[in-house]
Amino acid sequence: NKTINFYFVFLCSNPGPHHCSGICAFLVKALFSFWFINHIIHNGGLYKRPFNEAFEETPMLVAVLTYVGYGVLTLFGYLRDFMRQWKIEKCQNATEREEQKDFVPLYQDFENFYNRNLYMRIRDSWNRPICSVPGAKVDMMERVSHDYNWTFTYTGRVIKDIINMGSYNYLGFAQKTGPCQEAAAKVLSQYGAGVCSTRQEMGNLDKHEELEKLVARFLGVESAMAYGMGFATNSMNIPALVGKGCLILSDELNHASLVLGARLSGATIRIFKHNNMQSLEKLLKDAIVHGQPRTRRPWKKILILVEGIYSMEGSIVRLPEVIALKKKYKSYLYLDEAHSIGALGPSGRGVVDYFGLNPEDVDVMMGTFTKSFGAAGGYIGGKKELIDYLRTYSHSAAYATSMSPPVVEQIITSVKCIMGEDGTTIGRARVQQLAENTRYFRRRLKEMGFIIYGNEDSPVVPLMLYMPAKIGAFGREMLKRNIGVVVVGFPATPIIESRARFCLSAAHTKEMLDTALKEINEVGDLLQLKYSRRRLVPLLDRPFDETTYEETED
Amino acid sequence: MDVKNSPRYLYWLFCQFELITCSYLMEPWEKVLFYSFNLAMLGLLLYTTYVCVAFQASSAFQFTCARVSIENKTPKNVKIQSLLFS
Repeated sequence: NKTINFYFVFLCSNPGPHHCSGICAFLVKALFSFWFINHIIHNGGLYKRPFNEAFEETPMLVAVLTYVGYGVLTLFGYLRDFMRQWKIEKCQNATEREEQKDFVPLYQDFENFYNRNLYMRIRDSWNRPICSVPGAKVDMMERVSHDYNWTFTYTGRVIKDIINMGSYNYLGFAQKTGPCQEAAAKVLSQYGAGVCSTRQEMGNLDKHEELEKLVARFLGVESAMAYGMGFATNSMNIPALVGKGCLILSDELNHASLVLGARLSGATIRIFKHNNMQSLEKLLKDAIVHGQPRTRRPWKKILILVEGIYSMEGSIVRLPEVIALKKKYKSYLYLDEAHSIGALGPSGRGVVDYFGLNPEDVDVMMGTFTKSFGAAGGYIGGKKELIDYLRTYSHSAAYATSMSPPVVEQIITSVKCIMGEDGTTIGRARVQQLAENTRYFRRRLKEMGFIIYGNEDSPVVPLMLYMPAKIGAFGREMLKRNIGVVVVGFPATPIIESRARFCLSAAHTKEMLDTALKEINEVGDLLQLKYSRRRLVPLLDRPFDETTYEETED
Repeated sequence: MDVKNSPRYLYWLFCQFELITCSYLMEPWEKVLFYSFNLAMLGLLLYTTYVCVAFQASSAFQFTCARVSIENKTPKNVKIQSLLFS
């Protein structure tokens, strides 16, 4: 295996014209593919484990019917807007004042139209108030609406023990009992809740120093810095790292915080197709060859922005290939592990651990404490010079209040638990339980016939719904059966690809998952959601031949 | 076949229709409007089918009958009759 790996690394790093080396590589690979497991062959042996990602195509009939549904709703939207304008119906949404009616209209674009006429009808599936800790089971306050979701009233009843399939509680640290909670309570009685200052002024506690050393050790980097808010970590630190004259290569489906940070920085932004390494390589080549647009000078810095797990798709970044490209073209990598830290990898250290790579290859490792650690906040890890620079120049360090002490203690305890330093094997057991739950849940859903997006190992499971009425119906039916799910539609996803997103947790027992699966099966039959035609769609993870390049050309 | 035609199955079909056309999300008066529009369109379609297709079918039927009976008659009559029905 080692000799074959070496041989393919040699073949694939051949800098000759793509179609020649592609054809040779293809022929040799085709020969060997009869004898060896597929995953060793592809991509020159960069992957030590199979990479199974699938995005089944939308069935044509479903797409047509989805458009029909949206068409009907749009027509009725126009009718209702007409009635509201001519005062036949009472207008309950925001409009301009009478004096401003002759000015440029404020609420006429599609987003507002969508909001008034489509989102309002299914609004009861979102912003549901919960009144307990969001663990594996959660309590929710019951609410009803008497005017079709414009206003809600609470009945006073609390729906107890709803199976929580929507919280980002991957390792189950959102608990109100246990060592984390006791440590946090002790620190609360010692330090209080407020910090009343920024990191650079009087808000730098010894707890923060302890946390940062621990996080650096956990990730395997030289140094780390922690911030009070995960969104602010991205949006405030990317402007500190890049500026005008730099190039940012950002994935198509990056989170809003990365997009905001990239735009605030003032650098040139170019987008590559989601998880598509050929598209990224093309952009890198063009950047190196042509330089800056007008002056043709070389770019000061090229920064690649990717995420560990993309939460809307459930896909995992192709990190070995990104790192190989980064090294080849001498650019920098910013990895946002918001959903993957703690959730992937044999020891829970994220996507770098999952692929078995060296953490020093990633220049900036960013992540959040919100998802797997049951706290709030974000961190950035990397070389000591980088973190020292960020301590001085980051907006978040200079202006944002630092993290609250009980939250810091929750993170410290949970990180120690995952690393096994608290003397127990609870952390390890949780990481393994999450991996088991993920595999089981995904397998059962696929067997039932639903269309599930994403990688086999990702704990985020998007189940496709497509039609707008089914978004509302799915949320309501699952709540009737005591299961809380998150449904997502436009504008977070493309307009016809609405989905229900399940977030698995190590706190879910097999009985809970079985109950949930039974109910999902029932609702799937009731609403006709089993669209899968059970055909294996060919992935991009196939031998790179001459046609693959043309596919990605715009 | 009883399972297929039972009221439960028909109700389920109606629910699917409601979900696909998003009338599940509409307020009652909107539903009334939508269903009446749909029924009106359906009625118009059936009527048009009845008038046009029935006419074509009956004229085609008469033509074939005439053709069959022509073969038993004289050549002169054949010419006149075939001209009449063309």
